[in-house]
Amino acid sequence: MEAAVEKSALKGGEFLIKETQANNIFIPEEFSEEQKMMAAATLDFIHMEIDPNTERIENMEEGMMSGLMDKAGELGLLGVNVPEEYGGLGMSFNTGMLIADMMASAGSFSTAYGAHTGIGTLPILYYGTEEQKKKYLPKLASGEWKACYCLTEPDAGSDANSGKTKAKLTDDGKHYIINGQKMWISNAGFADLFIIFAKIDDDKKLSAFIAERTWDGITMNDEEKKLGIKGSSTRQVFFNDLKVPAENLLSERENGFKIAVNVLNVGRIKLGAGCINGCKDVASKSTQYANERKQFGVSISSFGAIKQKLAKMATKTFATESASYRAGQDIEDLISKLQSDGLEASEAKLKGVEQYAIECAMIKIHGSEVLDFCVDEGVQVYGGMGFSEEAPMARAYRDARITRIYEGTNEINRMLLVGMMFKKAMKGEIDLLGPAMAVGKELTGVPSFDTPDLSAPLAKEKEVIKNLKKAVLMAAGKAAEKFGPKLDHEQEVLMSLADMLIEVYVAESTILRTEKLISKYGEEGSKLYQNMAKLYLYEAVTKIKNAGDEAVACFAEGDELRVMLMGLKRFTKMDPVNTKELRQAVADVMIKENKFPYSLYN
Amino acid sequence: MKILVCITHVPDTTSRIAFTDGDTKFDKNGVQFIIGPYDDYALARAVELKEQSGGSITVLNVGEAETEPTIRKALAIGADDAIRINAFPEDALFVAKQIAAVAKDGGFDLILMGRESIDFNGGQVHGMVGELLGIPSVSPVMTLDIDGDTAKISREIEGGKEYMELPLPFVAGCQEPIAEWKIPNMRGIMSARTKPLEVKDPTGDAPKTKVSKFELPPAKGDVKLVDPDNMDELVNLLKNEAKVI
Repeated sequence: MEAAVEKSALKGGEFLIKETQANNIFIPEEFSEEQKMMAAATLDFIHMEIDPNTERIENMEEGMMSGLMDKAGELGLLGVNVPEEYGGLGMSFNTGMLIADMMASAGSFSTAYGAHTGIGTLPILYYGTEEQKKKYLPKLASGEWKACYCLTEPDAGSDANSGKTKAKLTDDGKHYIINGQKMWISNAGFADLFIIFAKIDDDKKLSAFIAERTWDGITMNDEEKKLGIKGSSTRQVFFNDLKVPAENLLSERENGFKIAVNVLNVGRIKLGAGCINGCKDVASKSTQYANERKQFGVSISSFGAIKQKLAKMATKTFATESASYRAGQDIEDLISKLQSDGLEASEAKLKGVEQYAIECAMIKIHGSEVLDFCVDEGVQVYGGMGFSEEAPMARAYRDARITRIYEGTNEINRMLLVGMMFKKAMKGEIDLLGPAMAVGKELTGVPSFDTPDLSAPLAKEKEVIKNLKKAVLMAAGKAAEKFGPKLDHEQEVLMSLADMLIEVYVAESTILRTEKLISKYGEEGSKLYQNMAKLYLYEAVTKIKNAGDEAVACFAEGDELRVMLMGLKRFTKMDPVNTKELRQAVADVMIKENKFPYSLYN
Repeated sequence: MKILVCITHVPDTTSRIAFTDGDTKFDKNGVQFIIGPYDDYALARAVELKEQSGGSITVLNVGEAETEPTIRKALAIGADDAIRINAFPEDALFVAKQIAAVAKDGGFDLILMGRESIDFNGGQVHGMVGELLGIPSVSPVMTLDIDGDTAKISREIEGGKEYMELPLPFVAGCQEPIAEWKIPNMRGIMSARTKPLEVKDPTGDAPKTKVSKFELPPAKGDVKLVDPDNMDELVNLLKNEAKVI
């Protein structure tokens, strides 16, 4: 535990201004035998219970989804992060991430699972009173009860705090009477427990409540007809004079928005992790199809155009996986540290996740966009069959699309993460100003002619990462200087800055993981990872250069713009990369193994 | 009831099969290992029998240290303790002797294993164990129920089904549908860590067989589809191209 505490030296967002050593990040290859067995058992569950029933799930066969949730509960999968005293397993944060990762190949079920274990269970786990925890958590951890989370309303989506659902305390002070309408509520069709957000009287901010299905006053519309995850239950929910006992107020009055935000932080990082195995599954299926499908007398996997797609899927997945578990472990380490400092468990969990809210948002965005890339190219590799509902790609393509929308759209998350970065700087939590000014000086000064020793493995790549951070600091620093507090309204600039931040974090995580893998498997044994790391870095550099160019052109012109564009060019310089050769090498491993190029769990 | 379940540690059924050392050794590089699928059925049935009437389950594996994650999975599924005989299990008689040595004084009511492993697929070990211990052995056992000191089993035989009753103890080589595979639950996985796993040295003589060479089956050729109305074409192809008639 001591070592773990030391590792958490970097605060959330600090990756931008500080260098991280490889031995300070966690990589999924380091999961224990026990954690790997849990991952493998989750995959067994998917292969034995979900896959054979896909059609019945998609057709929303009565009782199917809740029956599968019961089975998941029997296996202990619903209580991974619930403490043992409340009937769960009390496993670590990263173990919860790992199980969410595995579930990513379970299609509609993964949404039901995520909604129940995440936004359905966590509000009580983090904010519930002892009585509320004792009463509800064992039921949720075992799957006896299923939960849903009622935040979104017809006119309150991204702007959640504008919700119109009202709660009124009865004269005797014993109950709240809730009236209002919620929509896009996952699991509503079979949920036994409802987390409801509503405003008490004329409050400005939301409060949160726990309600039970059997209480009078909850009605709902039919199932929504959706683009994807068709097997998951999504309904509008209405509260008509729903009587909720006063003791079922969650946390304090007007604390609902904070609950929603903090629970969504966890939801976000888990959603990001919860894309990984979906990507791997799609990459594996695409490889198998490409090996089997013959055109012009040969397998289409022998074509460079196809190899390129397979390698890109694997590379991006490797990268998002590297970032997810790095951040997950940072959160876990901070939670442990806060707990050993004497903080109560739920409070420690909240603070741990809150500290890394920037990383949570980045991983949500990156994971969901990599998944979207994979399913898109998956359809393409399948060609005509990709467009047919007879092959698995069409459903994967439809199912993936929601991940860019829920738990905060990727646009909202982009704005949030940049905003949080600046807020941390303004509060003095991290020093952006000093490094940004140093970059400014470097930009106008004479370039250094020192030749650093770059002989160590990946030393060149790490030098590139260092410079990429300067590129981000330059663009972000200038934007802050130009717009001041009005930067909040410059959404185009925020989108570009967010992209730059995400790529720096993910590329750095990928390089550091690979550095660890080189010492684990040796130079030759880690070739695959090195190839993917180099490919990803190339991709990140290109994106950062483009996003940077776009960002600075939004607010600078003339000589100032030219100096900044020159700066971006200098800070995004890297040796040429033969992407063809590297991608072919990655794809050849996939073609030979007939699946995603490496496996961590059975 | 005291049950001994013998498990093998074998490549996942989707593994790419390749050989090294002049085609004398299986190439384990990049291969995932699992509990032998038939052994997994045996284990699942043992867990069910234990749930019905109590008792204990010991899992036994003849294998080198790398098999321990597989053994832990069996513990997570529901076995109470485990024994690993520290040797490579290439030779059926050698493996049978190791099992018999453990079972001899173990007082087991039932010795279950898969009808065959899926690596060397010898399908001989259950018979040999029965012989070495002087107790009955049956394979493939497809249903198994216990009534007091008697076991009722059924199995498929040429052209039909056979129902049998036999006294305990005996050795059963199992296969589906004797039980459904069990997924280890999370709590089981957590408790597997603390269950005893004893490592023993092998007894008796060294294995007597030696692999001289492995060979992959020849790759399947392309299939040609012939229209049922065009029998002449079929005959022509069989005669002149496939050269089988």
